[in-house]
Amino acid sequence: MIEGISIQLILTFTTLLFFIGLYGFLTRTNLIGMLISLELMLNSEAVNFVAFNQYLYPGKLQGSIFSLFIIALAAAETALALAIILQVFKMTGSTDVKEVKDLKY
Amino acid sequence: MSDYSWVIWIPVLPLASFLLLGLFNRYFRKEPIAAYIGMLSLGIAWVLSLYTAYQYYFVSGIQNGKYIPYLPFRWEWLQFSDHLSIELGTLIDPVSVMMLVVVTTISFMVQIYSRGYMHGDSGFARFYAYLSLFSFSMLSLVLANNLFQIYIFWELVGVSSFLLIGYYFEKPSAIAASKKAFIVTRFADFFFLTGILLIGYFAGTFDIETLNSMQTLKWIGAHPGPVFMGLSAVTWALILIFIGGAGKSAMFPLHIWLPDAMEGPTPVSALIHAATMVVAGVFLVARLFPLYYFTGDGFTLRIVAVVGAFSALFAAVIALTQEDIKRVLAYSTMSQIGYMMMALGVSGYEGHEGMGYMAGMFHLFTHAMFKALLFLAAGIIIHAVHSNYMKDMGGLKKYLPVTHWMFLFAALAISGIPPFAGFYSKDEILHAAFKYNTIIWFTGFFVAGLTAFYMFRLFFRIFYNGERTYEHPPKENSKFMLFPVVFLGILTISAGWIFTPFSLYVSPTREPFSYEVHYFSPLVLGSVLVALTGIGLAYLMYYKPTDYPSRVARAFGKLYFWAKNKFYVDEFYLFVTKKIIFDKIARPFAWFDRHVVDGMMNAIGNTTLWISEKIKFIQSGRMQEYGMYFIYGVVFLVMVYYFFNF
Repeated sequence: MIEGISIQLILTFTTLLFFIGLYGFLTRTNLIGMLISLELMLNSEAVNFVAFNQYLYPGKLQGSIFSLFIIALAAAETALALAIILQVFKMTGSTDVKEVKDLKY
Repeated sequence: MSDYSWVIWIPVLPLASFLLLGLFNRYFRKEPIAAYIGMLSLGIAWVLSLYTAYQYYFVSGIQNGKYIPYLPFRWEWLQFSDHLSIELGTLIDPVSVMMLVVVTTISFMVQIYSRGYMHGDSGFARFYAYLSLFSFSMLSLVLANNLFQIYIFWELVGVSSFLLIGYYFEKPSAIAASKKAFIVTRFADFFFLTGILLIGYFAGTFDIETLNSMQTLKWIGAHPGPVFMGLSAVTWALILIFIGGAGKSAMFPLHIWLPDAMEGPTPVSALIHAATMVVAGVFLVARLFPLYYFTGDGFTLRIVAVVGAFSALFAAVIALTQEDIKRVLAYSTMSQIGYMMMALGVSGYEGHEGMGYMAGMFHLFTHAMFKALLFLAAGIIIHAVHSNYMKDMGGLKKYLPVTHWMFLFAALAISGIPPFAGFYSKDEILHAAFKYNTIIWFTGFFVAGLTAFYMFRLFFRIFYNGERTYEHPPKENSKFMLFPVVFLGILTISAGWIFTPFSLYVSPTREPFSYEVHYFSPLVLGSVLVALTGIGLAYLMYYKPTDYPSRVARAFGKLYFWAKNKFYVDEFYLFVTKKIIFDKIARPFAWFDRHVVDGMMNAIGNTTLWISEKIKFIQSGRMQEYGMYFIYGVVFLVMVYYFFNF
């Protein structure tokens, strides 16, 4: 619980963060940019978890622990995605998302 | 009144030392730094433990004639339902405080000792890191306030034991031994976990204090749960938990890993496989003692007593025939732990009835001191003559005078000769066993004689048994190795009478009571006499090189041969696992898995692939388009939900 800050304020912030991430994910053509947008979305969720935990169930830890899980997951996911992007770059010479549409074949 | 919040530092300091030494291993190439970090952290933990013991036993522990438990830390960790949750916490009560003292004392001594023993080893910092990891896990296990936490650290001590047994990872026998230890104890831990879950389900809590409270015990008595093979669910749970404890404590028939664990460096054997980790099973039973005593009319305790007594006898017989000094000590450890289990098993609950419990804990305490001493002394001997085998030793008294005396004290202590530490604890065990059942008492009594015999067989063959010339004259050249040995030697001489009556500190009801040691009662005289007989026989056979040993061995014929081959328990396990489980069960299953299960999976996969070949042209391959479709879909569903209010 933070003095003077209501949960609505925090939720507004995380919602904004989420949709900024979503917008970025949909409009970016650069794979790395998309990855960063994805991270924004994930992090907004993590903040949500902590906020709900603190405001609704103070004294418990589950929410905080889950945000730790999210952070670990995000790190793993970034490592994987970067490895894929690196390979894409080696194959096509760019990190443009349009280049990978042939992957379906 | 104090809050005992400092106890958290006791496990945390070794953890810090582990992280420091383990993560920054390469920066601690210089031996003294790594060693002093380990020693410092354990030293502080040791002082804190002694302070805790002083505070608890003499200042603030007793209220209204009873030791009260303290719970300085307590967090809820995972909540399953309204009633059932797992906590993280520390529980300070007479047993845990005693264990704190034992574990930190031995750990600290072993840390000092290793400075000399591991000198010049390439993995010096790694060794200290593992030692610290072990100390951390063991101390946390001891302090845990619920069964789940015990289980977590139970596995962690298993891991550190695995790492330390396999410390010489270039030696195939060490690798095999570490794997064996890990697999056998893991196998037992599976039962332990099942037992914990059963307890959680039928008793509704994992918390040790709640489980042992009269209220819960009455509730369990009234609601025993479903009955399986004549025993209630909670009784089964306790049996399963005891199997877990038996695996860690090397009780028959799960003892096979302990002798092989001697492949690890000797300080490790002293710390883990003699004094601390292997008594975790005893500790576990002692922790849940009221539950064991009141559930199912103490049925499980009878099992504990019988398994303990049998293991004590079984191990003592094997110890008579072994040639490797560390293996003799390993079997001796198993035998003494059998003693402790037996003591717990024969114990009653209230007042003087609780002598067995008290004696078991006392024996745990004194045994930790003298067995660690024996191992550390054996380490000095092995270091000096570069061999584990008795045939390479003899006449060492001249070369290793201090070790000789300390080894003698420890051997007298384990044989139960007054006034050494083992006498006080062992005789109380025999007393309690005598009141309970004559057969169990006689087993213990007979084992006492065997113990004296094999310890002095070891002693005479190492230090006497004629003269012998060595290529490099053995000598005690490391003060780091001598100091712990002498320190533990002093404890071995004095711990017995200082801490008698031990029931002032530890008793099942936590109400201190006092008792007299009857030095001249027939029972005590009998057990001292049988020990002296054992020593005398050993003196006749091994003081000078004679042909008695081989003649006696021949007289026993088959029995000697069987004991020397450890009664073929290992071979039996190999037969069961290799010939029956692998060949008869696992192979058919593997065939089924490869051909039927995998075949089905492959068919599904191939079909999917084939269909996707046909329909993939529908998709554009542009990720962001998919994203947009996804969002359209979500918005659509939300709208449907909103307007039609499903």
